[in-house]
Amino acid sequence: MIPDSPIDASDLVARVKEKARVLRYHVIEMVGRAGSGHPGGSLSSADIIAVLYFGDVLRVDPSNPAWPDRDRFVLSKGHAAPVLYAALAERGFFPERTLLTLRQLGSILQGHPDAKKTPGVEASTGSLGQGLSFAVGMALAGKLDKKDYRVWALLGDGECEEGQVWEAAMAASHYKLDNLTAIVDHNRVQNDGPLDRVMSPEPLADKFRAFGWDVMAVDGHSVPDLHRVFKAPGQPGRPRAVIAETVKGKGVQFMEGLAAWHGKAPKGEELDRALRELTLKMKSGEGPGW
Amino acid sequence: MVAPREAYGEMLVELGKENPDIVVLDGDLSVSTKTDKFAKAFPERFFNMGIAEANIMTVAAGLARSGKVPFASTFAVFATGRAYDQIRQSIAYTGLNVKIVATHAGLTVGPDGASHQALEDVALMRVLPGMVVVVPADVQETRAAIRAAVRYQGPVYIRLGREAVPDVLRDGDGFEIGKSRVLWPAVTREAVVAAPKADPPRFDVSFIACGVMVKACLDAAVVLEAQGMKCVVADFASVKPLDEELLLAMARSSKAMVTAEEHSIVGGLGGAVCEVVAGEHPVPVYRVGVRDRFGESGPAEALLEAYGLTAKDVAAAAREVLKRTDR
Repeated sequence: MIPDSPIDASDLVARVKEKARVLRYHVIEMVGRAGSGHPGGSLSSADIIAVLYFGDVLRVDPSNPAWPDRDRFVLSKGHAAPVLYAALAERGFFPERTLLTLRQLGSILQGHPDAKKTPGVEASTGSLGQGLSFAVGMALAGKLDKKDYRVWALLGDGECEEGQVWEAAMAASHYKLDNLTAIVDHNRVQNDGPLDRVMSPEPLADKFRAFGWDVMAVDGHSVPDLHRVFKAPGQPGRPRAVIAETVKGKGVQFMEGLAAWHGKAPKGEELDRALRELTLKMKSGEGPGW
Repeated sequence: MVAPREAYGEMLVELGKENPDIVVLDGDLSVSTKTDKFAKAFPERFFNMGIAEANIMTVAAGLARSGKVPFASTFAVFATGRAYDQIRQSIAYTGLNVKIVATHAGLTVGPDGASHQALEDVALMRVLPGMVVVVPADVQETRAAIRAAVRYQGPVYIRLGREAVPDVLRDGDGFEIGKSRVLWPAVTREAVVAAPKADPPRFDVSFIACGVMVKACLDAAVVLEAQGMKCVVADFASVKPLDEELLLAMARSSKAMVTAEEHSIVGGLGGAVCEVVAGEHPVPVYRVGVRDRFGESGPAEALLEAYGLTAKDVAAAAREVLKRTDR
């Protein structure tokens, strides 16, 4: 558990950016080794996940994943499992070498999150549209128990085409769950193509607002902006939605903005190129997160 | 006569006093499912989720993940059909401690018609790994099943009807998940299990039933015994886990079997019995149930008659299945 001591802001930002680059490298290495998986939505979420897990946002204890007072994070867009696993390994929930067992028979790292198998995974997701409801349940329990933990759910923007997301949004607002934050990874690309061509869920911010949520928009690749928004005090009695503007495949140039890399693993030369690019960024300290 | 759902509502209040972790979710049907009794007693622990069954099931999963013991209730057709994926992915896959108590199951919903008559819910729940499926026969057994569900750690599906039903069990409190009870003749489950194999078998026909069909089987047995047929009737409220020990003992000690349920003959108790009996000790099995079709509007009693779910139908099934033993 990270102590609640004041931390120099620039140190924190630098540290989180560094972690985001490491997470991206893990994602490509894991998916490349597995030969299948979802790099695009993992890379678009990398800075969000890095800020949550390394920016003193989530209160979790790797040595005690079931700690009753922990903050709860639900990866509702379960196909981005690789970036969550990378963060959990980097936080010490399990050894880093486990990452390369992704999607293999007998691995604790399933293709989509399995709360029974993986320490630190809160909910078994992968069937889109359910994570926000699950988070609502945990937020209701927190209120009943008068606990101060917070519940977070990360949704895909394509996922917001699922009707259940709006059932959950309605319930969160009805029950005044101000201990709940929904983050939408707004990369504007889904499996079959751009959202506005496949099925537009827009305007997302207005929809959440209409459902009674406190809505904030943020650059989903800006570590300082994400950190500020995640740490900002909420409105009493209202759940918060953070619409994070992102780029699908962010950090690997040839993947950026392309639906083709939603659910396809890079192989051979492409894998080498992606890892070379991410290695250079780790060494130079450049890349997303600015 | 009392409807089991009334007993469900009362049990929720009783158990709610004992266990502060019990919470209840409903989907705008609390007056019908009787969870309104709990809502009145413990308003802060009752969540009306509105007409949004998918959300109900996944929110229940989240509550369970945070240590609550959620009861999620709506009509059986919506609980299992509308929210099947939520039950599979969010509840069963992680083995979360959610109790789904669905009411208005089966044909006896009556006039509401086929849209509201769940005839496949037991099949849907039974195929989920780790899901306990209970179909109580009367009010006593309902009370015992609700209590057992709270003691059990993991997902449970309990199926209740709309109508008031007569008492059929001598000892409602004797219900155990995974153990069934012999109701006729007056012998214990253990005696049937321990009985040595006899030739010819001790009984002509074994009756395996759940829900409202337990009474139908008992009534049929009285008629058949008077005509010289030796019968044994068991209440298999615990459809999953199935009491295979008793089931196989009954298969060994009878010439043929009849299953009876207010459910499709596909995938329910009859299907479960055939899966076990066919593999372990094949005897002819006649499945009394709805014969792979949808229901329709009508009074409950008239529907049971029209769809072949009366004591008369059970008795006819017994006579029919005995003929197959001669082949």
